[in-house]
This record gives sequence, structure tokens and C-alpha cells, in this order.
Amino acid sequence: MEAITVEHISKSYGDIKALKDINFNVKSGELFGLIGPDGAGKSTLFRILTTLLVADSGNASVVGHDVVKEYKDIRKKVGYMPGKFSLYQDLSIEENLSFFATIFGTTIEENYDLVKDIYVQIEPFKKRLAGKLSGGMKQKLALCCALIHKPEVLFLDEPTTGVDAVSRKEFWDMLKNLKEKGIAILVSTPYMDEASLCDRIALIQEGSILSIDAPEKMISAFAKPLYAIKTNDIYETLLFLRKQSYTESALPFGEYIHLITKEPMDENGIKNHIKLENIQVEEVKAIRATIEDIFLDLSKTEETLNTAN
Amino acid sequence: MSKAKVITVQDLTKKFGDFTAVDAITFDVYEGEIFGFLGANGAGKTTAMKMLNGLSKPTSGSGTVAGLDVIKQTEKIKERIGYMSQKFSLYEDLSVVENIQFYGGVYGLSRKRIKEKTEEILTELNLQDVAKKLVKSLPLGWKQRLAFAISMVHDPAIVFMDEPTGGVDPKVRRQFWEAIYEASKKGRTIFVTTHYMDEAEYCDRVSIMVDGKIEALDTPDKLKEQFNAKTMDEVFLKLVRN
Repeated sequence: MEAITVEHISKSYGDIKALKDINFNVKSGELFGLIGPDGAGKSTLFRILTTLLVADSGNASVVGHDVVKEYKDIRKKVGYMPGKFSLYQDLSIEENLSFFATIFGTTIEENYDLVKDIYVQIEPFKKRLAGKLSGGMKQKLALCCALIHKPEVLFLDEPTTGVDAVSRKEFWDMLKNLKEKGIAILVSTPYMDEASLCDRIALIQEGSILSIDAPEKMISAFAKPLYAIKTNDIYETLLFLRKQSYTESALPFGEYIHLITKEPMDENGIKNHIKLENIQVEEVKAIRATIEDIFLDLSKTEETLNTAN
Repeated sequence: MSKAKVITVQDLTKKFGDFTAVDAITFDVYEGEIFGFLGANGAGKTTAMKMLNGLSKPTSGSGTVAGLDVIKQTEKIKERIGYMSQKFSLYEDLSVVENIQFYGGVYGLSRKRIKEKTEEILTELNLQDVAKKLVKSLPLGWKQRLAFAISMVHDPAIVFMDEPTGGVDPKVRRQFWEAIYEASKKGRTIFVTTHYMDEAEYCDRVSIMVDGKIEALDTPDKLKEQFNAKTMDEVFLKLVRN
């Protein structure tokens, strides 16, 4: 069954087109990621699907209900964790959870097994006020509150932004468990490395979807020659590579430079060419693309098209 | 390394009542270095950085920043360092030029020097055409590079960056790191905190704080070797989980 369907959804704020003709669907038990930077339109899409905002055009439904006509049915069946921490700061952990359970006409006990794995981690601090919790703990509490009424679809808007690497990893492990219980999850993130943890992803930028697929398929489909290069002077190497006619793009990736060339090249050839500049080259190797390479490449194409128009 | 030390820290400690937020940390940072300062939420990064910025008085230990004492010369330190955070310190309702002039004034630059710096920044960042536009009308990437340039308007020995790239566009992040490389090439020291472990790999050396202590400090390559890890993310997880 489709948990979410989105057809030709567009939304503008004045002159700004926040969403331009968005189409995708999410199945029950699927973990679907919306991957894109700030301002891509992710939160607007969440607000439309959680019935908090009406689109200018297009249709969308969640668990079979239309987001406009049947918004009340949707609200009972979905859990939503907004990007901004929205629990009551001056209620304790326990009080927040009990509040959200009551609002949805249930009790903590009734659905305890769904939140148990997460709740036990914060339970030792259950008397502590939500406002006094660390980022990772706030995030766990927010997830518990979004789950306590046993929703069929979970909307998580940038749940891992500003959260450290350990908590991020734990959070994704929790999502995997929830997915196995048949809950559909739509999660957004600006962290490209989290894309591989989703079943399918949509890369989104400036209100448009650039690509939708399983992360592994997206990577396999990337056909351009790509090399990782490590030298003793990244900055000089970048400036040098960008001047070469064989270069399509050269970008820093941590201690490496990722070079996309117009035609496939010999690794040693690249190495020797850079050496001519008196730069010490440690390594040149052909590599598989990451989601971030693909995003950067697609967003570049998009930019060129926009300029052309 | 024979380069000059821009930061030296010896057993620097900060306690809040019974709680030790920063527990006797010791390290040096060299001229022109890009130094990554990492740690989990609540590990003590911000508190440590505040002591280095002259904003918080250490409970014990000693240190110097740009040759100035972190206990006795806190006001002087503020004049010699640049600071930039994720929440850009720029005024959205002032123009590009007005922001440069404002910060030039705050740091006590002469009128002549402010004029020179304004020209310099506009030329280097290629912002001449939008010089009179309000900062709020600029794309994120431009704002970020402008904020970085302005944090160096008074030619500080070192720039502190607190989570400068949270949640931004991958393309913008790269432009930003290139600006950092360029500054470091000119001898500026960069001290940067970040949550993104992949960003740690852009740094010359990286320290990782766990529960108030520095538990690891080396180049990203050597740390990965030491912890038998493929990425900095793995290094971090191994350290913090144990």
C-alpha cells in the first residue's frame, strides 16, 4: 500500500517558489529520505503532508486520505517531528510523553512496546525538564512523543541536524527498527552521508527534485569518470586542475580532491601532470561516486540550465 | 614542526560547581594551521573555546592565544582574534559595505584602513555589484564568505569558527573550505569546531574531546591509522563509545 503519494505539488510564498511540481510516493514500511540543503523546500513539503499548510496546486494523500479534505483523519494516523524542537520545555520527560499520549486518546502503557527501546535510554532522567536535556536526548524524547499514538506514517524533519555523530548513528538504528514494524518513514536531512541508510531517496534543491532512486542504484548509474586525488597542497592542486581542459569539475572532499573529467583518463597520467607543478602527489585513484558527488553534479547541471533559460 | 605556536594550552580546566566541564586539556596550535576541535554534544568544546576567546575565566591551568595570557589579558585577546559562528554575525538590514564598516569600527580601525579593507573585501569576494545591497538579499554562500572575510577585518592572528557550516549546501560548504584554505595559505590560523566528521578531514590536525578531556589529537590520517578506522566518523564513534 502507498503510505504517501505526492502528485504535482507546488507552493509559492510571494515570488519565491518553494516547491515546483513535486512527485513521489512512499510505501508502507519504507524509509524514504529527502536529501537537500537548507532552503530546498523540505520543511514546506512536510507541512503540506502533515496538513499544516495547503499547497497552491497538485494532490497529495497520506495513508489513503487526501491532505486537504480528510486532514482530520491524517492527523490521527501520523507522527510528526518538526525541525525545531517543539516539546514543552518546562514539562519533564515523563510529563511530555504522557501529555502527547493523552491528546491522542491513548496512554503510555498501551503503546509502550513501540517506544520502549528508545524510552529506556532517557527513562533514568524522566523527572528532568525537557528544556534541560542535551541535543541527543531531546531528539529521543521528540521521537517517543511522535510515536506514542502508534502512527502509520512518521514524518521526521531534519531529526539529526545539530546532533553529534554518536547520537546520529543511534537515531538511524532506531529508525531501522521502526521501519521493520511496518511504519512508513519520511525523513529529511542535509547530511548526504545519511542517504545510504534510506531505502530510497529524493535529492531536492531549490524546490525541485533532481533525482529519485535507491541510493545504490543512483551510485551505479553515475557514468562520469571520477578520481580521488591526494596531494600535499589541496588548494594549489584545485586551482591547477580547474585550468585544465580535461577537467569537468574539481572539488575538495576532505583530505582528497574529487576530479570529474570529460573523458576517462589514466590515473598515472593525471598524477604526472600534477607533479609538473611541483606538487607532491600521494595518490590518484578512480573511485565510485558518493551521493554527495551525485548531488553536486546534478545541482551543477541544474544551474547551467537555469542560466541558459 | 618549527612553526610558531599561536595557541598554547596547559592543563586548562573549567569547573561549574561540582561539574568539571573542561578537564586539564593541553595542546598547541601552530601558525597557518587549520585545527579541528571536535567532540560530542556536551563534551566541553564550547566552554573550552570560550576560555580561549577570553569570554570565560579558567578555574585552573594556563594558556596563551596570539601570545596573550588567557587569564590576565582577556580584553587584548578579543582584539587579536576573529570569531565566526553558524548564526552569521552579519546585520541583515545593513548593506554589505555597511557591515564591513561597522565591524571595522568595532575593532577600532582608522577611517583610512576601513576604506582600504572595504575595497579589498569587495574585490576579493567579487561583491562590487552588490556592495550597496542589504545582506539579507544575498545567497547563503555569499553571506558565509562575507562573514568569514569580516571576521578577519582587523587582521587577527587566528580565527575561531564555531560550527560554521551546519546544514548548508554541499556546494556552499566547498566554497567555504576553499576560502579557509586560502586564508591558511596566507598564514592565518583557523580553529574550527564542527559536528560533521567528514569535515574533520579537511583539517591539518584534529582534536577530539570526550567528557571534558582531549582523548585524541593528530592528523586525520594518523588518527584513522591509530584507531584502525576508514573514516573520521569511525574514529569518533570508537572513541566516544569506549
